[in-house]
Amino acid sequence: MIAIDIIESSALTLMQKAAIEIPDDYLTGLKQAAAAEDGDLSSFVLQAMLENYEAAKEDRRAMCADTGVPRWFVKFGNDARIDGGPVALEAALRRATAKATHDVPLRPNRVHPLWRTDHNNNVGINAPEIEYTFEPGGDWIDLTTVHKGGLFGTDYRMLFPGDGIDGIKKFFLDTLIGFGKRGLACQPAIMGIGLGGSKDISMTLGKQAACLRVVGDENPDPKIAELEREFKELGNSIGMGAMGFVGKSMVVDCHIEVGYCHTGGLPMSVHAFCLSSRRATARIFADGRVEYRTDPNWFTPYMRRETVEWPMAEDRLEKSA
Amino acid sequence: MADGRRSLRKVRLSTKPDEASLRELAIGDVVYLDGVVYTGREGVYKRAIAEGHDLPVDLRDLSWVNFHCSPAASVNEDGSFNLNAVTGTASFRFSQWLERWFALSGAKIIMGKGGMESADYRRYFVPNGAIYLTTVGYGTGALLGRGIKRVAAAHWLEELGIAQAMWVLEVENFGPFIVESDLDGNSLFERENAKIEAGLDTVYEGTRPAILRRFGETDDRKDELI
Repeated sequence: MIAIDIIESSALTLMQKAAIEIPDDYLTGLKQAAAAEDGDLSSFVLQAMLENYEAAKEDRRAMCADTGVPRWFVKFGNDARIDGGPVALEAALRRATAKATHDVPLRPNRVHPLWRTDHNNNVGINAPEIEYTFEPGGDWIDLTTVHKGGLFGTDYRMLFPGDGIDGIKKFFLDTLIGFGKRGLACQPAIMGIGLGGSKDISMTLGKQAACLRVVGDENPDPKIAELEREFKELGNSIGMGAMGFVGKSMVVDCHIEVGYCHTGGLPMSVHAFCLSSRRATARIFADGRVEYRTDPNWFTPYMRRETVEWPMAEDRLEKSA
Repeated sequence: MADGRRSLRKVRLSTKPDEASLRELAIGDVVYLDGVVYTGREGVYKRAIAEGHDLPVDLRDLSWVNFHCSPAASVNEDGSFNLNAVTGTASFRFSQWLERWFALSGAKIIMGKGGMESADYRRYFVPNGAIYLTTVGYGTGALLGRGIKRVAAAHWLEELGIAQAMWVLEVENFGPFIVESDLDGNSLFERENAKIEAGLDTVYEGTRPAILRRFGETDDRKDELI
C-alpha cells in the first residue's frame, strides 16, 4: 500500500524541481544548439538562456515565471495500491499543486474560461489535468509533472491519406514558422507530433510526445525514427532560430507518436515544448522509497501495443523467476 | 561559440529616460533598466480604460515603463510577497488599449514578449516618443528576478488576482531586454522575418496545400499569426 502523505510530499518536491531545474537531456541538447548557432541575435538569446538555468538553480528561483499550466501524468504499476484509492491520490495532487503555487512560487495561471475567476493556486474545474496510464507488473506509481506554457506553438489539423508525408511535412513547417516568428513558440523546442488516433487523442499523443520523451530518445519503429530525424533537420533548416531571429536552431529534438485512426483520415497535431522544458518524475514504491528522475519513461512497449492481448502470464513468470 | 559572431551593444537605461537616451537606442541593442517598473496587462487595461477606474498610483511620477508581465508570486498571510521570477507575456494582444494607455500613463517604454506590429508602433508609439523592449528567450525569468530589489506594491490585487494585478518593482541592472522598436517605429522582428522569408520557398519545396482547406487560410509566407 502506498501512503498518501508520501505521494503528496513527493508531488510537492516534483513541482519545485520542474519549475527550477532544467532537465539534463534538454540542457545538453540546447548546449549543442548554442555551439552550432551562428546568428548574432540567436546566439545571444541561447547564451542568456544557459545563464538563466544556472541562476534558477543557484538561487532556487523558477527558471521562467510563466510556469505554464501545471499538470500531472500518473503511471500505475498493475499491482500498485494507494491508501485511500484514486480519489485520495487526486486530492493529494491538487493539494500539492496549490501548495507549490504558493511556496515556489509558481504563477497562478489557471482561471475560469468565462468569468476569469482565479483561485491563485492553479486549481479549479478540470485543473490540474491528471492523465493515467498503466504498466504490467510493479507495485509502484510514477508521478510526472509537466509545466508547459499554454498559448502558442501548438496546432491541430485533419489531414487525409492523400496528403501523405508531404502534407505532414507542410503542416509541421506551417506550425513551426507561424509560431516561430517573434519566438511565440519559445523555441528551440522539443517538437511533438501526434499522428492518428481520434481527434482528441491526436492532440494528446502529440502533447505527450513533446513533454514526456527526452531529447535523444527515438521511436522504436525505425521508419518513424527516421522521420523524427528528418523533421528535426527540416525544422533547423528554415533559417530561423531563437525568438524568430535569423539562425538555425528551432528544434532540439522531434518526437512522433502514432495511434490507429479512421481509415479515411490522418489527424495530426504539432506541439512545442519550450526553452523551459519543465518536467520531473518520481517513482513511489509501496515500501516508502521515492526515486526522482527526469525521464518520465511514459511510452513503453505496453503503451504502444498493437495486439488484442498482452502476455500478462509471461510477465508474471519473468517476475517470479 | 563561433568566433565570427558580433557581440551586441549593451546599454543601462533609467526607467524615466530622457529623449536623448531613447534616441541613441537602435533595434537589436541590449538594455538593462534601473529604477521602477510596473506590470500591466489586459486586467489593468480593462479596469482602467473600459471600466474607467482611477489609476491606483500616479504613473507619470512613479515610472515610465509598462511591463506586459505576470510574476511568479504569492502573498503571505502577513501581506508580504514572495516574488522570485518575472517573465513577459505576448504583447500583440494588447494593442487595442495602447492609445488610451499612453494618454493615461505617460509611458515611454512598453516591454513584453514578441513585440507588436510596426503599424502599431507608427500609430501609437512614435507620436508618444515611446519604444518597445522585448524580453529575451523566452524567458529569462530567474535572471530578471535577480534584478528586482524590492516589491514596492501590488495594486488591485483583490480585484484582479495575482497574475493580473499591477505589481510595482524596484529594479537594478534589470535585464536583459532587446530593443525591438526604436523611436522611429522600426521593428527588429519584422526585419528578421523579411530576411528569413527569402529562403522559405526552398524549405517548402515538394509540399503542397492540404486537401481540406481552412477558411481564411493563406500560403503567403510574409503573413504573421498576430
